[in-house]
Amino acid sequence: MMAGVAVVNWRDRSNRRRFNNTAFWGIYAITFLVGTYLPDVVNGFLVIGMVLVASIRGLGQSDRESSSREHREASAARWGNKLFIPALAIPIVTVLGTLMFKRVSIAGMPLVDVKQVTVISLAIATLVALAIGMAMLRPPASAPITEARRLLDAVGWAAVLPQMLAALGALFAVAGVGNVISDLAQRWIPLDHPAAVVTTYAIGMALFTMIMGNAFAAFPVMTAGIGLPLIVQKFGGDPTIMAAIGMLSGFCGTLMTPMAANFNIVPTALLELPDENAVIKVQIPTALLLLGANVLLMNLLVFRR
Amino acid sequence: MLSLIGVAVVVVGFVLRINPLLVVTVAGLATGLASGLGPLAVVAAFGKAFITSRYVAIVWLVLPVIGLLEHAGLKERARAVVAGIGAATTSRVLLIYFVVRQITAALGLTSLGGHAQMVRPLIAPMAEGAAENRYGELPSKVRLWIRANAAAVDNVALFFGEDIFIAIGSILLIKGFLDQNGIHVEPAQLAIWAIPTAISALIIHCTRLLLMERRLRRDVAAGRDSG
Repeated sequence: MMAGVAVVNWRDRSNRRRFNNTAFWGIYAITFLVGTYLPDVVNGFLVIGMVLVASIRGLGQSDRESSSREHREASAARWGNKLFIPALAIPIVTVLGTLMFKRVSIAGMPLVDVKQVTVISLAIATLVALAIGMAMLRPPASAPITEARRLLDAVGWAAVLPQMLAALGALFAVAGVGNVISDLAQRWIPLDHPAAVVTTYAIGMALFTMIMGNAFAAFPVMTAGIGLPLIVQKFGGDPTIMAAIGMLSGFCGTLMTPMAANFNIVPTALLELPDENAVIKVQIPTALLLLGANVLLMNLLVFRR
Repeated sequence: MLSLIGVAVVVVGFVLRINPLLVVTVAGLATGLASGLGPLAVVAAFGKAFITSRYVAIVWLVLPVIGLLEHAGLKERARAVVAGIGAATTSRVLLIYFVVRQITAALGLTSLGGHAQMVRPLIAPMAEGAAENRYGELPSKVRLWIRANAAAVDNVALFFGEDIFIAIGSILLIKGFLDQNGIHVEPAQLAIWAIPTAISALIIHCTRLLLMERRLRRDVAAGRDSG
């Protein structure tokens, strides 16, 4: 079901004016349409082809505005607050969907795979919002696609980056990058004082998350390497508190790394900011202060017994 | 040791500001080769990982609707609504969004926000509108800075709210990992110990948002002087 929705969207959007854009979105569409049926090697080469198209000649952006500011202001005045209805329908329907799908089950089997609940709810919410918007505004049938094209071109190659980084994370895992790093940390950092260990663990989570782009990848490595053997077993720290605050220290790292593209790079594209690191720059002070707070909290709380 | 080459490629690539797609691809291929896979096997592993990560792209599905509504003047309306509220300032708009986002995330409603669905069409225009209302036309640097702040609010509030909800991915990951290592913890306990950090995040980021208004005033004035 989800795939069907994705397919229609991506195929339509791939109608590009310019050759490079057509090639880039076209290949991307192929990975969605038939990616599951192709051999892995073919997919790999498709991805590499896509990257080459994007990086050698770059993607273009149409400079034709789809509507003038006056037109939009007139339209805004005409529709008033009704314009918010479809926009707010997306989050509301998504939330309702998540709550509902968790309850609904047929013959003991959940209707929808639990892990997919949010994804499917979001897809449904999008369709509902689109239906409301189309019924209300009555634009030409091609409007959603041309508008999506406008936005997607503004986002450009950043649209594919989160997926690429997820793939890189998987390769890192295969190659055992994490273990190498935790070995290094253990060898180089003096870990014979509880406060030093706790501080190393929290800061290590943040740094490692910055490298991997994802606290989930950093957590098992750091916890197996430093957390469990030293904090819990050697110094008798509380594993629950250590894990909870450790994970949140990792999130501080997420705020500071371009590797977490869907949180930090994609928004700059969506908001049309020329500096890719604009969001990270705003987040760094909060992330550092909060990491400091986490180190303090963990030192105070973890050995409370 | 050799498998760290991918990390090095990523760091160098991002520092030199080479196209990130290319950097990531090269890093992936280098990591694979360094760990002893054959060239074709590396390409295959990369392709497989890319395909299995497709769900990440789901967020682009909202673009047709958002684009349609923007065409009909959604952003302009969001601005106008804020302009109609005399007490609205950029700080306050973002503060309210922060608190709402963190609380709803703590209740497990993490999908009640997001950059494509909320920040671009609603929150960023509102924050900009509030600033325009107070200071008139904004220098473009200030405008971009406000937008970056709107995106940051969404991230910080989400990250440090969601861990209070017991069925969220990170809590389940922690529990699963500790179980494997023979330590059994209650998800509810994990969630409770996420609260001190959540409160710290609230205090730290909201203080920064309150200070934002002062910088905004200064930057607008400076932007005008310089041209």
